Amino acid sequence: MAPLLDGLSWFLLVGGGLFVLIGGIGILRLPDLYTRMHAAGLTDTMGTLMILLGLILQAGLTLAALKLAAIVVFLMLTGPTATYALANAAMLSGLRPKNVEMPSDLPEDMQF
Amino acid sequence: MTVLFGIFLLTLLVVTAIGIVRAENLFTAVILGGIFSLLMAANFFVLDAVDVALTEAAVGAGVSTVLLLGALALVPDREERSARGRRLALAIITLTGLTIGYATFDNPHLGDPDAPVHQHVAPWYLEQTPILIDIPNVVTAVLGSYRGYDTLGEVIVVLTAGIGVLFLLGLPGAFGDRKPEDVAAGKTYLNHHLVPQVVGLLLVPFIMLFALYVQFHGEYGPGGGFQAGAIFAAAIILFALIQGEREALNLIPPRVLVVLMASGALLYGGVGVLTMLLGGNFLEYGVLSSNPVQGQQWGIILIELGVGVSVASVLLAIYHAFAARGR
Repeated sequence: MAPLLDGLSWFLLVGGGLFVLIGGIGILRLPDLYTRMHAAGLTDTMGTLMILLGLILQAGLTLAALKLAAIVVFLMLTGPTATYALANAAMLSGLRPKNVEMPSDLPEDMQF
Repeated sequence: MTVLFGIFLLTLLVVTAIGIVRAENLFTAVILGGIFSLLMAANFFVLDAVDVALTEAAVGAGVSTVLLLGALALVPDREERSARGRRLALAIITLTGLTIGYATFDNPHLGDPDAPVHQHVAPWYLEQTPILIDIPNVVTAVLGSYRGYDTLGEVIVVLTAGIGVLFLLGLPGAFGDRKPEDVAAGKTYLNHHLVPQVVGLLLVPFIMLFALYVQFHGEYGPGGGFQAGAIFAAAIILFALIQGEREALNLIPPRVLVVLMASGALLYGGVGVLTMLLGGNFLEYGVLSSNPVQGQQWGIILIELGVGVSVASVLLAIYHAFAARGR
């Protein structure tokens, strides 16, 4: 059982690290704020989620695992919310995505 | 491994500092300042100073960033460039930096057991705390009991800073001039952002619970009044951002806030006077109970409560003062 858990945990840790790396490359390489936020959101959600789950498997049935699980829950709530709020603020302040034709039938509060 | 983390974090700190200096947009500078504090908190954590790390994260990265953003609402967000005196400033900064760098060569190495800081009173604190106060977190013992005068001074400094800001900006409704109902009537910052509103409201009670945990668990783990006060203020500020100034001011009216500011410091000083009346010295908690060890614990819990109340209400009052001006 232990090797299986270890293997799964390392898979999650390495996978999480990979997502963080991809997110980092994305932030540097993608053209505008919205696409970069997409990359940053990857680090926020998939990256931290997989790393923390991997750490929970390493911790076993302890108080540390419970604390890590609580961190997962809070990050799952706050990470996407922060990404949404940032995108919303950028949109409302008039920043338009690059290389994209904006549809003409946008709701009224999003038109400028 | 610790050295590797240290080098990584310190390099990021330098990069962030250069970013702050180079930023012309003050909004960018404030956000970079928050990142600087967060990196600093990680640094303190790597150095095993968990209490300081918690304070830095809560106050430096959290509340002070919000307060600076509140201040930015009052001023233009572009830095004014002045060409005069820049060479002189650069020369002075370079000279100071080189002097400080030169002075670090005399510093003991990291973790050196022969360093003066580990030779002076620290061994005594570590040996005597289990006997005299019997709490696991020596930092709280040092802060609350051995160095109780210093901490009282810090609380007075926080209170004075709060009074200063209120003198400069004023707090509507605090002294009966305007009612909270008049303040920011119906104004909510996020009222058309449903997702942040729902998630934010969901988080507020948990942040408050965490603040109480940090407040009352300070004897056993990292934490205490300063951190708890900042976290509690952050929870109310989040509530104010979601539900609007008016709701937050109804929750804790400005008149109450001003009383709370003073009563926190008063509670701290009052414990000192009480110990004097009971026949001890100022802030000698041992006399509070027939058992001196228990008296010490009671004293620390009471003064930590005073610190928490003062810090939370001062931070909230400053936030409300900025928010009332920003409209």
